[in-house]
Amino acid sequence: MKYKSLTISEPEKLIFGDAPLPVKTKRGLIIGGGRVYAEVNFTLPPMEVSLKTLPEVRKHYTEITEGILERAIELNSRGLVLELETLLEMTRTPAIGVELVTVMNEICEKYYQKYNLPVEIRLTPNDLREFDRPPQSRTSSYLDSMLELFELGSKAGGNLLSIESTGGKEISDNALMMCDMKRFIFSQSVLGVRDMEFLWPRIVDIARKNRVIAGGDTACGFGNTAMILADRHYIPKIVAAVARVATVPRTLVAVEQGATGPDKDCAYEGIFIKAITGIPISMEGKTSACAHLSPLGNVAAAAADLWSNESVQNIRLLSGMAPVAYYEQLEYDVRLLNEAKRCGERESILLQKLLVNSDIGYDPQALVLAPGNVIRIAGQIIRGKNSIDATVSGCKEAIKIIREAIDSGQLLTDEKELVWMDILESDINSVPTGESEFVEMMLPELGDTFIPSEYGL
Amino acid sequence: MNNDDLLTRILTCVELGKVNRNTPFPPDMKGMDGADELTRLALERGIKPSEILNDALIKAMDKVGQKFADKKIFVPQMLISARAMNASMVHLKPYFQTGEVKRKGKLIIGTVAGDLHDIGKNLVAMIVEGAGWEVIDLGVDVSAQKYIHTIQEHRDAVVGLSALLTTTMHNMRTIVADIKNSFPAVTLMIGGAPVTEQFRAEIGADGYASDPQGAVAYLNSLIHEV
Repeated sequence: MKYKSLTISEPEKLIFGDAPLPVKTKRGLIIGGGRVYAEVNFTLPPMEVSLKTLPEVRKHYTEITEGILERAIELNSRGLVLELETLLEMTRTPAIGVELVTVMNEICEKYYQKYNLPVEIRLTPNDLREFDRPPQSRTSSYLDSMLELFELGSKAGGNLLSIESTGGKEISDNALMMCDMKRFIFSQSVLGVRDMEFLWPRIVDIARKNRVIAGGDTACGFGNTAMILADRHYIPKIVAAVARVATVPRTLVAVEQGATGPDKDCAYEGIFIKAITGIPISMEGKTSACAHLSPLGNVAAAAADLWSNESVQNIRLLSGMAPVAYYEQLEYDVRLLNEAKRCGERESILLQKLLVNSDIGYDPQALVLAPGNVIRIAGQIIRGKNSIDATVSGCKEAIKIIREAIDSGQLLTDEKELVWMDILESDINSVPTGESEFVEMMLPELGDTFIPSEYGL
Repeated sequence: MNNDDLLTRILTCVELGKVNRNTPFPPDMKGMDGADELTRLALERGIKPSEILNDALIKAMDKVGQKFADKKIFVPQMLISARAMNASMVHLKPYFQTGEVKRKGKLIIGTVAGDLHDIGKNLVAMIVEGAGWEVIDLGVDVSAQKYIHTIQEHRDAVVGLSALLTTTMHNMRTIVADIKNSFPAVTLMIGGAPVTEQFRAEIGADGYASDPQGAVAYLNSLIHEV
């Protein structure tokens, strides 16, 4: 583990708008430098995406970008980030993704020149490697398309690079469905970490070469999958809360490999990354209900430097197009956060406290994201001898915090959840610290569900 | 223990997830015979395989499915029940081959091309199987050609298509059209987070289910037609 101490060790300092290592962008946004900005993400309505339909796709992205930036001017925005999270065809045929970055960037530049509105594009190619089953994380031709999009997209105006990498997902989905935390930890602390160590130096190299910013990764396919399964009552919330913590050492690898932030929006584990490393983070909460429901609506804003809506389709609402409507909601959210900052430290801390306390009594997933608990858990993670030890230590601390909250009556918990505390603990305690020992333990039960050589094993 | 008691015990084992004597779960049944041993005993006693299937296994999985629908249990508990059922099914397999017992029907299921999300699809497959259907799971990113090829081999099957992304709903539409062109009489059922009854009607699929229990209910409603 590269980080041996926490960069932020006081809950009040783990706060929205301020990061010890702010990031300055080409058009002058200082993310984490005392102000929170909106980050808007959007997607297409149901339609075919191909070279054939590119004119129509381009029209959508033009309309979205123009609409949002026009509204930003109306609302006196001080700047924002637009995320282009590509869909399958946009990555498989990088020319499509690059074309969309180009179109969006031209509009951003126009508004920058005309109104001095700083807007940056976060380019997030989707991880295609999953399309091979089991994935060929290192040898798949899909990897070439992804890296090509990073390379050409960063030249075309994608100034912040991110990815939702999926190393270990071939194991984690079933592990979550079975609430098998030992397997889940294997997917994160061994496969996820190894895949991040493979992927992120390549992304960082591209970013450095093209003078753009390597933002960060997200365990969306892991932590958020757990959250959605819990929301549908498929798995206990306690399992989802601990799973979230188990993703932290894996996401941390991006920063260890040179990512500087802002970390990606759907990485609710970003708050841990901020505490450990000091980089700015993007978070999403209540204003991402257009994409998915969550129990983290307010608490997620406690330490956000960018505030996101996750994703919304370009469809018409009564007020206008949905991306514009959701941008407006984000802008009002960040106005409130920034007004608290303008008023002073006391007011900011009060708002942070309200955001946190309004959520943490209802769900263990919110509880573990409270800044005080994040610092406790992150403090255990950095003591880990390696990623496995760090993951296990973080999970144990999370369980301890959940138990304390249940015992004190701070956390409402359904009776049927409680039996899972012991099952989880027993699972976590069975994980050995050494990687080779862990791999040896897991290989027989995982069979051919993953290809060890694709993880350098 | 008479035969009715024995069937009830098999039902209980499947409902609670007691696979065999050696499995530690559930803790209060430790050391007791499970679905595996009791099914073997039932067959030795001459209980008809169809009785075991219908009066114990399917009934048990119905109860499990209902508990899940009522949010009283989580997926892992349902999966453990499915494992116990599979332990019983191993003993019934020869009778399926001879035709002495029959499943309710056959479901070909897959996540449509361009979409990799399979958690929901897997859950539907498991619950449908537990309800007495044979399931042929084509996996994820399934093209129209792959569906059509499989239908050619299983002409009596119902076909299930799943999509999680709004952008792959378009592929669902195309695949449904392609299948209907090749096999106008085949029954197509669709599902997935962005999919709706309205979308079903729009693309010409036959059935829509918003959850696994809905899928079972729809399939069971077709039994006389399959």
